[in-house]
Amino acid sequence: MTPLLEAEGLARVYASRRGVFGRPVAVRAVDHVSLRLGRGETLGVVGESGSGKSTAGRLLLGFEAPDEGEARFDGAAMPPPGSPEWRRLRARMQMIYQDPLGALDRRLTVAAQVKEPLDIHGIGAPEDRAARAAELLAATGLSARIGARRPHELSGGQRQRAVIARALATRPDLLVCDEPVSALDVSIQAQVVNLLSDLQAELGLAMIFISHDLRVVRQISARVAVMYLGRIVEEGAADDIFARPVHPYTKALVSAAPAPGKTGKRILLEGEPPNPAARPSGCAFHPRCAVAVPRCRAEVPSLADLGAGRRAACHLVAPLSGQEAA
Amino acid sequence: MTPLVAISGLSVSFDGAAALHGVDLSLAPGEALGLVGESGSGKSVTWLAALGLLPPHAAVSGSVRLEGAEILGAPASTLDRLRGGRVAMIFQDPASSLNPVLTIGKQIGEALALHRGLDGRARMAEAKRLLDLVGMPDSARRLSAYPHELSGGQNQRAMIAMALAGRPDLLIADEPTTALDVTIQAQILELLASLRKETGMALVLISHDLGVVAETCDRVAVMYAGRIVEEAPALALFEAPRHPYAEGLIGALPLLDGPRRRLTAIPGTVPDPREAPPGCAFAPRCPKAASACAGAVPALTEVGPARRAACFFPLRSTPSRAERKVTA
Amino acid sequence: MLRFLAVRFGRALLTVALVVTFAFVVLRLSGDPATLILGPEVPPEAIRAFRESWGLDEPLWRQYFSYFGAIASGDLGNSMRDGRPALELVADRIPATLALTVPALLLKIGIGIPAGVYAAMHRGGPIDRTVMLVAVAGFTVPSFVLGLVLVMVFSVQLGWLPSGGRDTWLHAVLPIVTMGVGGAAILARFTRSAMIEVLGQPYIRTASAKGVPWGAVIRGHALPNAAIPTVTIVGFMVGSLIAGAVVVESVFSWPGVGRLLVVAVSNRDLAVVQTILLLVAATMVTANLIVDLLYGALDPRMRRGAGQGAH
Repeated sequence: MTPLLEAEGLARVYASRRGVFGRPVAVRAVDHVSLRLGRGETLGVVGESGSGKSTAGRLLLGFEAPDEGEARFDGAAMPPPGSPEWRRLRARMQMIYQDPLGALDRRLTVAAQVKEPLDIHGIGAPEDRAARAAELLAATGLSARIGARRPHELSGGQRQRAVIARALATRPDLLVCDEPVSALDVSIQAQVVNLLSDLQAELGLAMIFISHDLRVVRQISARVAVMYLGRIVEEGAADDIFARPVHPYTKALVSAAPAPGKTGKRILLEGEPPNPAARPSGCAFHPRCAVAVPRCRAEVPSLADLGAGRRAACHLVAPLSGQEAA
Repeated sequence: MTPLVAISGLSVSFDGAAALHGVDLSLAPGEALGLVGESGSGKSVTWLAALGLLPPHAAVSGSVRLEGAEILGAPASTLDRLRGGRVAMIFQDPASSLNPVLTIGKQIGEALALHRGLDGRARMAEAKRLLDLVGMPDSARRLSAYPHELSGGQNQRAMIAMALAGRPDLLIADEPTTALDVTIQAQILELLASLRKETGMALVLISHDLGVVAETCDRVAVMYAGRIVEEAPALALFEAPRHPYAEGLIGALPLLDGPRRRLTAIPGTVPDPREAPPGCAFAPRCPKAASACAGAVPALTEVGPARRAACFFPLRSTPSRAERKVTA
Repeated sequence: MLRFLAVRFGRALLTVALVVTFAFVVLRLSGDPATLILGPEVPPEAIRAFRESWGLDEPLWRQYFSYFGAIASGDLGNSMRDGRPALELVADRIPATLALTVPALLLKIGIGIPAGVYAAMHRGGPIDRTVMLVAVAGFTVPSFVLGLVLVMVFSVQLGWLPSGGRDTWLHAVLPIVTMGVGGAAILARFTRSAMIEVLGQPYIRTASAKGVPWGAVIRGHALPNAAIPTVTIVGFMVGSLIAGAVVVESVFSWPGVGRLLVVAVSNRDLAVVQTILLLVAATMVTANLIVDLLYGALDPRMRRGAGQGAH
């Protein structure tokens, strides 16, 4: 069966200048990203700032055209942004951002905004649309009373629920969430994470969940890809990848994640978060890597299949053999 | 032993809306105390009020004693000597917490001039030493750098160097790693822990992240709607919370290991301080609320060795490993 | 740095050229100088002769180019009224204008900035409200109304000060006050909002938290940051030193550049009007250039090319 979403060698290159008269430098925000997402699957994408995870999300959704490579949705190449075909496709793929207030129109009531995509894409009979909007609000835990309010009268969690309700209005096949709970308090974050999990399971949505928070990503995803400086450095099943990380960067991330009762020495990464405009040669992680060898400086490791659904891009990682992993 | 800091009955209200309702909290010399809670819980306000850093329209009452001496409402000159001297504070978002038009060296040097009376070459040499101490790479050159020329992690290191300038007995870190990447957050937390070991200063770590607090602190106080609702040794709190809100917070936190379980989301939202419910502020969201909870505010009372909780029906639990250690 | 200056200077020249072009086109399309200066009852031959002697019979584009050529060689033309070089005519009036605008500028800065800072520091208090009330009044009342009111009170009623002319320094008092009050109001409002914005920044709290006394926080941390937006407005005021007094000079019959401009416009005295506009544009552009350089001095984030490479 064709996967719902398939990306092959995606790259996005920006020209960046240092200062007004600086020489422009080509910045590869996303480089060589390949992945597949089946119907109803959830893929988590984790990375720190500069990892290119948000740009990757926009490329996968077709919001931006890649400079290299290709994304295919439901077996067909992604149409160019802005084309009529592309606009039709919007109903099938939706995006949710970190800042719900910025994503909502402050002049319209929440219910009106949830109904809007139904009007735009001509979904259902016009007279049924208000009822459908109320149904969507109810599904995300918002009452009709809250639906009658405007975005600024809602709490952060309620706003994010409204954005989710609107994204689901067109019954999309794919939902891309970019840091959807990062701005929320822990108790509200849990509410929204649970809601997304429930909706995903009920509606059979495929979902890409982008976040810097490993714990949240693991909670919601079946599979996880770890990005560093524009590339996927490791990919695997969510439970497996954080329990037995093989790439030195993933190991450091897991070790850095705070957890109650955590004991033992952390792997502390030296140095600063990487700057995409000054990408190190070879493996981009080598300057901060404790186990780097000369080869790492010279040669970019490719994302190799290690078996057991795991891929990693590291010269020092051997294929997982049956039981003994890493 | 006299506590380093003893806060009692600290209340704050902004234009009639109460933000803090009689907080009692004390801190031993050299101790690391974590303060957790969601936005609006009053965790930052507690310390801003204690140090007189709230805007003039805030009404503050109660008592804050530093080694027995009252500092709440102390004259400005006393507070100025104290702030950045015996008690230093660092903040979230280091980039905007440093003055954009002054060099790092100047900003650290200012604290050195105020609290250590250093000037000229001695001041710059000490500023450089402090930058080295906090692990700032290429410290000599960083003295003449401006905040916008540094990364977030480097700016937070500069903030910490500035806080250390007055050789504080207490460092209050208000969400010091919230704006930073995970790997940088780990660096900064490690730095704070090692500095505490070296200097013997006490640390108050304010954070919304239970994981961050649990790893760094000996004792944790959980705040909700302007009150401390539970206080316990860090490990004991996570193993067996006694207040339903603390239990809810722990359950809401996804874990990185072990089997995945559904998060126990706390229903509803934090109450608006202007529409605070009568009785226990958590009652409307509490799964165990009974009619008594709406009638009166539960006091923070002893519920075990070194443990206090503000709940009429504290959760029963078998003594945890940590508690057994304490009683033994 | 040199390259930055060269680019800014080139842009400044372009701005001046655009102003001159605009003035040239508008003035020529809005009335015939020959009939205006000679009067309607003059025989056609005289008008033709006048036009020929001033080059007004040439096609517009040729007039434009010969005008630009002349400017480039420093010749701004002669007044059509009395035949004197326009530049000389204008230059004669500059000291009179500066005698008003420079003291007025000092008054604006001397009152406006401290008032704004003080109001921001005591936000919401009685002094803040009074300062802002006065500022709103000073900023909404047009200068000719204020000028006339001052004349009514101090010249007509009290008889303390002369109402017009330029004989003694006493004559300058009312025009200076008229200009200064309005400008101080604008500056006070601007400084106040810049200062309030800065006082709300986290680094102000940081400074307090490290034990800097409040007065030193204001002087050492808040003012240097609030100065950055305030410089823009002061720069604009410096830029209008030459031509900022048109209305006030007219109200107080002060023989400055502004009065000359009014007369020259109504006469379609092209060379004089263009010379004044050129001068105005040049001062404005120079002031802007200075403001840009000041930004660099005040705000390290605006500095380019220097001290980078920290990452």
